Amino acid sequence: MSLTLLLPLVIPLATAVLCLAAWSSVRAQQIVSVAGGLAHVAAAVALVGAAWREGILVGQAGGWQAPYGISLVADLFGAAMVLLGAITGLACIVYSLGSVDERRERHGYYALVQVLLFGVTGSFMTGDLFNLYVWFEVMLMASFVLLALGGERPQLEGAVKYVTLNLVASGLFLASVGILYGMLGTLNFADMAVRVQTVERPLLLAITSMLLLAAFLVKAGAFPFFFWLPASYHTPPVAVAALFAGLLTKVGVYAVTRVYTLIFTQEMGLTHGLILGIAGLTMVTGVLGAATHMDIRRILSFHIISQIGYMLMGVGLAGIALARAAQVGGAEGAALRSAAALGLAGTVFYIIHHIIVKANLFLVGGVIARFTGSYDLKRIGGLYKSNPWLAVGFLVPALSLAGIPILSGFWAKLVLVKSGIDAGQWVIVGTALAVSLLTLYSMTKIWAEAFWKDAPANAGAAGADPAALEAGARFGRWATGGPIAGLAVITVVIGLGAGGVYRYAERAAGQLLDPQGYIEAVLGVKAAAAGDAQGAAKDATRDGEVVTP
Amino acid sequence: MTVLLAIVIGVLYAAALYMMLRRSIVKLIIGLGLFGHGASLLVFTAGGFVPGRPPLVEPGQTMPEAPFTDPLPPALILTALVINFGVLAFAMVLVKRAYQEVGNDDLNEMRTTDT
Repeated sequence: MSLTLLLPLVIPLATAVLCLAAWSSVRAQQIVSVAGGLAHVAAAVALVGAAWREGILVGQAGGWQAPYGISLVADLFGAAMVLLGAITGLACIVYSLGSVDERRERHGYYALVQVLLFGVTGSFMTGDLFNLYVWFEVMLMASFVLLALGGERPQLEGAVKYVTLNLVASGLFLASVGILYGMLGTLNFADMAVRVQTVERPLLLAITSMLLLAAFLVKAGAFPFFFWLPASYHTPPVAVAALFAGLLTKVGVYAVTRVYTLIFTQEMGLTHGLILGIAGLTMVTGVLGAATHMDIRRILSFHIISQIGYMLMGVGLAGIALARAAQVGGAEGAALRSAAALGLAGTVFYIIHHIIVKANLFLVGGVIARFTGSYDLKRIGGLYKSNPWLAVGFLVPALSLAGIPILSGFWAKLVLVKSGIDAGQWVIVGTALAVSLLTLYSMTKIWAEAFWKDAPANAGAAGADPAALEAGARFGRWATGGPIAGLAVITVVIGLGAGGVYRYAERAAGQLLDPQGYIEAVLGVKAAAAGDAQGAAKDATRDGEVVTP
Repeated sequence: MTVLLAIVIGVLYAAALYMMLRRSIVKLIIGLGLFGHGASLLVFTAGGFVPGRPPLVEPGQTMPEAPFTDPLPPALILTALVINFGVLAFAMVLVKRAYQEVGNDDLNEMRTTDT
């Protein structure tokens, strides 16, 4: 197995081990964490570069050939996710240096962050359904502890709900793994994708896959499974919240995208129609939830949900367009197929944009609370006058989230809306546009309340909490300002260099729409082109049914 | 055998959901435990097994004789059980700390973070 493929996994694990070894010295853990974070980003950049040059990278754990061993796979989509995870991880680690209290640091905080990144990276790179379950559990276990670490009452209450709903989702995931294994006799993604083509009752398979969809949607925080998210995400320290907000729900979206482009593509009108409906409802409920709140972290938590809807929208659009294209054929079919490619490219672009922006907004929220002593918009104000640079740091991701032109969010939404128009799905296009207007409303609400209006008369009393002030004294300017500025610069760069990012997203979408390429990369070209009669028969039916762009 | 196991799985799931919907956090933990067992047993049953035919290779053979139990689902279950055990142990400690902090084992009293 190539080192490029292994390093993004090995580095966080090794860093976590080193952090545990240096248990008694917080300083040593900090140094190791930052070094590990930098190395992780470097390894992820190398992975993206290799995936861009060489196509889909595949490694077989222990040298056991797929489908018998566990495959590690990095296509362009997965590699981009790994890189985004590494960047968010580094930003949050650096931010933690100046913001997380020493009690948490002494109880394994840095090691847990690395284990979380380890689980997230593994989820993005695995090529096996059961292995994905295990990575989910690695990630969840670390997130449980990070959420509860500190033991404050809101944290524990939030953690009870978070743990319960995520364990139920894991149970559903495991059950669907078992049933799918019973139906297909394999759990390797590529091998599953081959075998579903000859399954006798595709509708039954599609219905079974709904169990898996439910499990993933709980993790993604989509409608109607999102209740754990706003009940828990505002409770931990803001660096942890930013890490969760940037990465954890996106693992769910990634899993949906992966299995519903590679494996469950038989009844796309049905399954992807459902995904599209869920996407629309997720957008609306999320943004309306945000509109009712006045706590910065709660507003941002609800916006995660609403943004998940946009990402799912691309997957749903792609499926519906492909299902229609299979019926009509000809020039109209070709147009629909390009709309499908556009939809998936939109999903990839949206995730790239969103992870950076969302993590950054949480980090800015943390700084706001440090300066003013509160997350409550009614009790704070006047930050534009006192901290103009913080205002800029907020404005860039906030406007990007709402989709103001030139910033990254605009291009992401443009691609999705274009795809929706091409596919003729007017309802979802209208919903997406209306929701982005409401997103702008929420962001301007934070802007007007926290930055523009004068600080309320009792703000001094709110900020005079001695514990907060004392913590503020050791609040490193660079440790917190650096990640915010860095992520804001990335947002602007994605916006200005949208052409390049779009080309990447387009190629990633091309790979997602071509399951055959994935299958051949994982199972080996020889296995896919094997001359046995059954294989030939499979190929024949596949050519008749599956649409390739 | 399969029918019997299917009924057991159904009962486990029903009991798990019933327990999770109670207000006591201790019953919540019991429910989560049962839920995990139901899922494990489902993997075992859905994976297909042949009673009395373990996948053992006779001396001199390279494959077990034709109808044999697939050894993979039990291996998956082992992994899942270990994970379940760890997670449940964490959940118990969490629930104990929440009980100490809130001073009540009623889930309805844990609403301060709700929206």
